[in-house]
Amino acid sequence: MYDFKSLTDSIHTSLSAGLSPIMVTIIEFVIIAFAFMILFTLLGLILVYAERKICAFFQLRLGPMRVGKWGMAQTAADAVKLIFKEPLVTKNADKFLFNLAPFIIILSTFLALGAMPFAKGLHALDFDIGVLYLTAVSSIGVIGILIAGWSSDNKYSLIGAMRSGAQVVSYELSVGLSLLTVVVLAGSLQFSEIIASQEAGWWIFRGHIPALIAFVIFMIAGTAETTRGPFDLPEAESELTAGFHTEYSGLKFAFFFLAEFVNMFIIAGIGATVFLGGWMPFHIGNWEGFNRVMDFIPPLFWFFGKVTFLIFLMMWFKWTFPRLRIDQLLRLEWKYLLPINLVNILVMAFIVLKGWQF
Amino acid sequence: MKAIIKYISSIFKALKSLFRGMAVTGHYISHPKEIITQQYPENRETLKMFDMFRGEVVLTHNERNEHRCTGCSACEVACPNGSIEIISKRIEMPDGKKKKVIDKFVYHLSMCTFCNLCILSCPTDAIKMSQDFEHAVFDRSQLTKVLNKTGSKLMEGVR
Amino acid sequence: MAETHINTISGKPLESQEYLINMGPQHPSTHGVLRLLLTLDGEIIHKVEPHLGYIHRSIEKMCEKDSYTQIVHLTDRMDYLSSHMNNEAVSLAVEQGLELEMPERVKVIRTIISELTRLSSHQLWWGVFGMDLGAITTFLYGFRDREMIIDIFEETCGARLTMNYNVPGGLMFDIHPNFQKRTKAFVAHFKQKLPEYDQLLTGNVIFELRTKGVGILSKEDAISYGVTGPSGRASGFSNDVRKHNPYSAYSQVEFKEALSEEGDSYARYKVRIQEMWESLSIIEQLIDNIPEGDYKAKTKAVIKLPKGEYYQKVETARGEFGVYIISEGGKSPYRLKFRSPGFSNLSALDHMAKGAKIGDLVVIMSTLDLVIPDIDR
Repeated sequence: MYDFKSLTDSIHTSLSAGLSPIMVTIIEFVIIAFAFMILFTLLGLILVYAERKICAFFQLRLGPMRVGKWGMAQTAADAVKLIFKEPLVTKNADKFLFNLAPFIIILSTFLALGAMPFAKGLHALDFDIGVLYLTAVSSIGVIGILIAGWSSDNKYSLIGAMRSGAQVVSYELSVGLSLLTVVVLAGSLQFSEIIASQEAGWWIFRGHIPALIAFVIFMIAGTAETTRGPFDLPEAESELTAGFHTEYSGLKFAFFFLAEFVNMFIIAGIGATVFLGGWMPFHIGNWEGFNRVMDFIPPLFWFFGKVTFLIFLMMWFKWTFPRLRIDQLLRLEWKYLLPINLVNILVMAFIVLKGWQF
Repeated sequence: MKAIIKYISSIFKALKSLFRGMAVTGHYISHPKEIITQQYPENRETLKMFDMFRGEVVLTHNERNEHRCTGCSACEVACPNGSIEIISKRIEMPDGKKKKVIDKFVYHLSMCTFCNLCILSCPTDAIKMSQDFEHAVFDRSQLTKVLNKTGSKLMEGVR
Repeated sequence: MAETHINTISGKPLESQEYLINMGPQHPSTHGVLRLLLTLDGEIIHKVEPHLGYIHRSIEKMCEKDSYTQIVHLTDRMDYLSSHMNNEAVSLAVEQGLELEMPERVKVIRTIISELTRLSSHQLWWGVFGMDLGAITTFLYGFRDREMIIDIFEETCGARLTMNYNVPGGLMFDIHPNFQKRTKAFVAHFKQKLPEYDQLLTGNVIFELRTKGVGILSKEDAISYGVTGPSGRASGFSNDVRKHNPYSAYSQVEFKEALSEEGDSYARYKVRIQEMWESLSIIEQLIDNIPEGDYKAKTKAVIKLPKGEYYQKVETARGEFGVYIISEGGKSPYRLKFRSPGFSNLSALDHMAKGAKIGDLVVIMSTLDLVIPDIDR
């Protein structure tokens, strides 16, 4: 398996040869920032296109077909349109907060994207408390949503923002606890180690039923955290027109829109990393031959394949189910997901204590 | 204990009902043949309206540029919203008699509700509904049409 | 009134205001230009005030200058989803005044097309209901099946929505030769697809949570507000005009009046699904037995109703639609009044939505199946 660490190390050493360490750090930061910006834009474009196509096929439609072959350039065209659109601000809006909100959301998305392990060694931030860091930064986004709703001076936006506040804060718990279930198994909060611990097989297969339950809960709570699918209450278009981003237009709206899709990627990425082994190929115990064959498929392919699968699952949810009501949404979290999660984590701890995992 | 069993079974029931719904949408995404989209401007060649389709009112002309409208204005009376205006004139016939013929058959497409009452009221079957449905224009005045062609005259034998 | 909260530090009551929100006239789930003034306490609704007039076209006044044949096409533009039934009501009222007996063929064709219209209306309602709940996919599925019916209409009378197929004294044209074949094909197709509707929504746990116990309307309230049609029947108010005052060919067919006792949104949903099955069965009973004969009774070119008052009601997809004509003996009515089902159904909205949440309001509105031009004519 190719280790990207050799590549990053070679870049580092070649830079260090002629420059002071501070300059090296700055240049490396710029390179990484640039790479993530490109990734962010690409992800946004591809995911928006995929969503529109997949949604169309669920609904017996063809989706965008006009711009480019099969409408491939549609999202790029939309992006260009959004850039040239007039950024409107409502008359009594709190201008500073109104302009700040999209950046907070984007910031949280970027921070979370930084901790994503794409392949072996291809990892911007590999903290030893990676899981904790990720759950922390991904909840910064809700502040952006609240600010957006508050500052737009629109009652619909405010209701949407308040809904999302209640929703994201609640579901944060379930996301965290379901991740902890696997942390108990893996014995580490560091993403690279969680992946390394899955060399003999992914945790979803090796962790008995508790891992499966944790995965289902993670998918539900993760969808809720991205405010998508059946949990899109903050922007429920049939109730609140567009919720917290009703008053946004142009590029600022594009930020919200992109952040939603990249958040979906992040949730799918965490799910893939923690439960499905991240970039780790599909291994079965000590079947050497089988594992060797699987290793021929590059890790990037594995990672993006798993992420694609999870994203498809989330889109499937979204385009099938009706939306929940706010009180039912909170009931689902506090009366179902949270108690199940707590029991689940206990069972998992017991399994690990006894050493029953495969 | 009963409450716990009920609690757990309610979860499984809920999940089952969700999977049933996903099976339907899953069926459609895996059967692209079911797609119902028609690509409109591309299929213009093959797109055909039904014969009965009420597109717009037309005055039929034959190859000798003759129509059947006697200018009786029955359609003008029948029209509920004044979409039809018949402007007639008197011409002198070769035998010296004066006769009323149409000068202009004005049709306001913008006001028409396609109720078909004018066609029913026409005693000489001069007008009919065409199957043309692409009515969009850039200027509203273009929706006011004169239906009789220039130089056209009444068909022989129609009165 | 919003509750008073006490400031824990100063001990004084906090000032709290009711929250007013304009839902509409441009709002995705008011389905048109209905404006609702909501009085909210957070998410909870205290009062719903519908404001009408955004799509008022004074149809009743226009009828006073139109001839009876011309009136018919105006009713297309009221409840555009049950245009055929509206046409039929006017035609029947005029025929009642003329004391005309319709040929059997006309009666049967009118009934079949009425039921097809009802089906298409309910299909659209089903799709839109799903969309209001957030399941946008249902919308397209509903439209797919509706398209087949619309095609039947287009082939038969040339128009898809505002059909104007009835004229006082019969039908505008005879049916198309393909009519029976196409209708049968549709019935066969839709019998397969209707269970899919159930699979996608009816059994779904989220759907049940959203609709069960939401917007309860008791039988007494349904009667006192005059809520008719499927919405009233879901509250146990037996009001099917087809059953109680049969017109056209409804006395010849067997069908059940879909009734339910609960009166919540789920019951209204179930009643409409049940009605779709009944409509299919009515069509099946009649489609092979269209009698031969004229498609039109003989009428004078200019219809003049004798002096008097005439009332005819029919069952549209939304409830009881009535036409009340006062004639002075002229060629147009002295006064014409429509009793539109949507207007009465909307009046119950405030009562049903009290104490519900914003999400519930959307559900209640959707299950009342409001068509705004019908309310505001």
